Amino acid sequence: MSTPADPRPALVRVRHRQLKRAESIMNTTPRRLTRGIGIALVVALGLTACGSGGEDSPDSASPEEIRAALEEGGSITVWAWEPTLAQTVADFQELHPAVEVELVNVGTGDDQYSALQNAHSAGSGGPDVAQIEYFALGQFSVSGAVSDLSGFGASELEDLFSPGPWNAVAGGGEVHALPMDSGPMAFFYNQDLFDEHGIEVPTTWDEYLDAARALQAADPDVYITSDNGDAGLMTSLVWQAGGRPFSVDGTSVGIDFSDEGTTRYLEIWQQLLDEDLLSPITSWTDEWYQGMADGRIASLATGAWMPANLSSGVPSGEGAWRVAPLPQWAEGETAEAENGGSGLAVPTASGDKLLAYAFIDYVTTGEGVGTRLDAGAFPATVADLESEEFLSTELPYFGGQQANQVFADAAAGVADDWSYLPYQAYANSIFNDTVGQAYVSDLPLTDALGRWEDGLRSYGVDQGFDVD
Amino acid sequence: MSTPVTTAPRSRNAGYARLRTPRRPSTVTRPRRSVLLTVLTGLILVYSLLPLGWLLINATKTPGGLFDSFGLWFAEDFALWDNIVATFTYDGGVFARWLGNTLLYVVVGAGGATFLAVLGGYALAVFDFPGKRAVFAVVIGAVAVPGTALAVPTFLMFSRMGLTNTPWAVIIPSLITPFGLYLMWVFAAQAVPRELLESARIDGAGEIRSFFRISLPLLVPGTVTVLLFSMVATWNNYFLPLIMIRDPDWFPLTLGLNAWNAQAATAGGEVVFHLVITGSLITILPLIAAFLLLQRYWQSGLAAGSVKE
Repeated sequence: MSTPADPRPALVRVRHRQLKRAESIMNTTPRRLTRGIGIALVVALGLTACGSGGEDSPDSASPEEIRAALEEGGSITVWAWEPTLAQTVADFQELHPAVEVELVNVGTGDDQYSALQNAHSAGSGGPDVAQIEYFALGQFSVSGAVSDLSGFGASELEDLFSPGPWNAVAGGGEVHALPMDSGPMAFFYNQDLFDEHGIEVPTTWDEYLDAARALQAADPDVYITSDNGDAGLMTSLVWQAGGRPFSVDGTSVGIDFSDEGTTRYLEIWQQLLDEDLLSPITSWTDEWYQGMADGRIASLATGAWMPANLSSGVPSGEGAWRVAPLPQWAEGETAEAENGGSGLAVPTASGDKLLAYAFIDYVTTGEGVGTRLDAGAFPATVADLESEEFLSTELPYFGGQQANQVFADAAAGVADDWSYLPYQAYANSIFNDTVGQAYVSDLPLTDALGRWEDGLRSYGVDQGFDVD
Repeated sequence: MSTPVTTAPRSRNAGYARLRTPRRPSTVTRPRRSVLLTVLTGLILVYSLLPLGWLLINATKTPGGLFDSFGLWFAEDFALWDNIVATFTYDGGVFARWLGNTLLYVVVGAGGATFLAVLGGYALAVFDFPGKRAVFAVVIGAVAVPGTALAVPTFLMFSRMGLTNTPWAVIIPSLITPFGLYLMWVFAAQAVPRELLESARIDGAGEIRSFFRISLPLLVPGTVTVLLFSMVATWNNYFLPLIMIRDPDWFPLTLGLNAWNAQAATAGGEVVFHLVITGSLITILPLIAAFLLLQRYWQSGLAAGSVKE
């Protein structure tokens, strides 16, 4: 395993040794058991790579071979939580009666990633297809847990997808997933509340700051938005501001929070914090939805998938909310960013990669796209983002506004050179313990960001990365 | 003033009261009232019932009403029935499946745990055998180890045996209840007179026959207590299924409701707080029913041994 010819990157070999130690737990004495459990937890939660399954399934295939596999049939398991997939799976099975697709929701986001990582470590029990958010995909591609799909023809699909999502799934000549949806950012706001206090919709972040002050002055209960430290929001806004704090090249990782874009973000956000202009309500809680329902939270800067959450979580806001382009960091700019969105990947341990690829191809580029759009998903495909029908759809929740136009414009303007850390899921998990301090104390954001950086550096080194 | 109101003849307090104080004495039939105690009990009662009341009230609201109305009173829309129907039909009726799973885990897991505890506790109380003290030490030690600490080793072991993601992964660990065993042991030592067993043996009854025909009826109060304890523990168990079960088809209610709750924190997810609340209400109803139905046996169990016959 550790011959010089071992093609796996250094961190994979390190992980492999740890895994071997964890595997020997069953034979250890009780005295050593505690230490063994600790290692097992590290292995289970961290980056691991040892699965050698799926060797019987080829890593490349021609369209004819894939078609033949579909006719021959078989069964695949899909791990995903996206609600529109149920109907898509049903349609797919009707189209290919010999194929059986089992759709399993093993938990959203981090829960699924733990399960996927565990299955990968164990070398069994994993799915044939997995939904992975763009920010977390790097973690799985670096450790070799997901297949390179270019052998199936995925590398020729670049022109089908908008630049943000495609950049998130492809890199280094490999394609690690096919984009299922995307999250170009927009500014969602409560028009009634803005009108009531006579506030204009901000077009720059400076105007946003003024709007936040004006809202607070008009009614101390009303905040422009809630934020008590959200890694996703921060990285997205830095992305839009032109900051590129993370760089990844193989197992070399660069972290730098001192660039111009990050500084632009910090200046505005520090003022919002200093003047107590942000509501301390935690995002994604019931109180957060309540805050948007009763007018304590006036706006959100987030991804284009938000309408689904708004219409079911804040039903009373129907007709009051509107969508505007995200404020810009300087007047006249047209910089955009993504927030959220996920792709479908094929784990290396998949027992039937041909069927798995055929399925994700159907969902992300085939007829499945239409099914999912009808059910309210937001596309990553250029053709749909530019289709007249999609753009002219009047969304009743936003008072009949053609909001898709705003989202599609944003999708087209996303800079495609952003990269997340190859251990972004971990990075996000320690965000609140480090950067979050700035939101609850007088600690300046810059210093808090420095703490995050320290944590990210030491973790990266522990994981076998060269951190610069 | 001189005549005691109470007629309890054996109460020493009665006579004492006649001499020393005009206050009404405290007896079993007429206990002394304490305002402070009543107020305290009342406060604790409100504190305990408040969440239940909140749950009951909010299960009647629509998603919009949940956020627009005062939390501790009804909204204008009364949607309890709609919510119940929606809970059982949402996502292909998966809630009914989770309810069935929980029942399975409780019946097989908690039922089996009780049966094993009764068998073991009885054997330890009635029979003498070498190593009994060692068993005692192990049981007492096992009571002290929280189930959470054993979860990861159990997971690794079950993973090796290929049992994770099957109902067995929840049922088998639930079968072991050191506390239940200890309780049955102590209870059986008190409740089953050795003389009774000896006379049964003299009359020619085998050990199995005398266990089922003579001892088991005597052990009912203790058995019900253990059954209730393990039922509640299995019904509410969250951590064990969380690490063992991946397939939502085998989720118990605890995991399923959490999965629904998590939808609100998912990009593009459907927010179903009203179903989470209604589902939670439905989830606690069987437990309340079990407590009310088994209370009779349980109380007599608590009182056992307190009276000298």
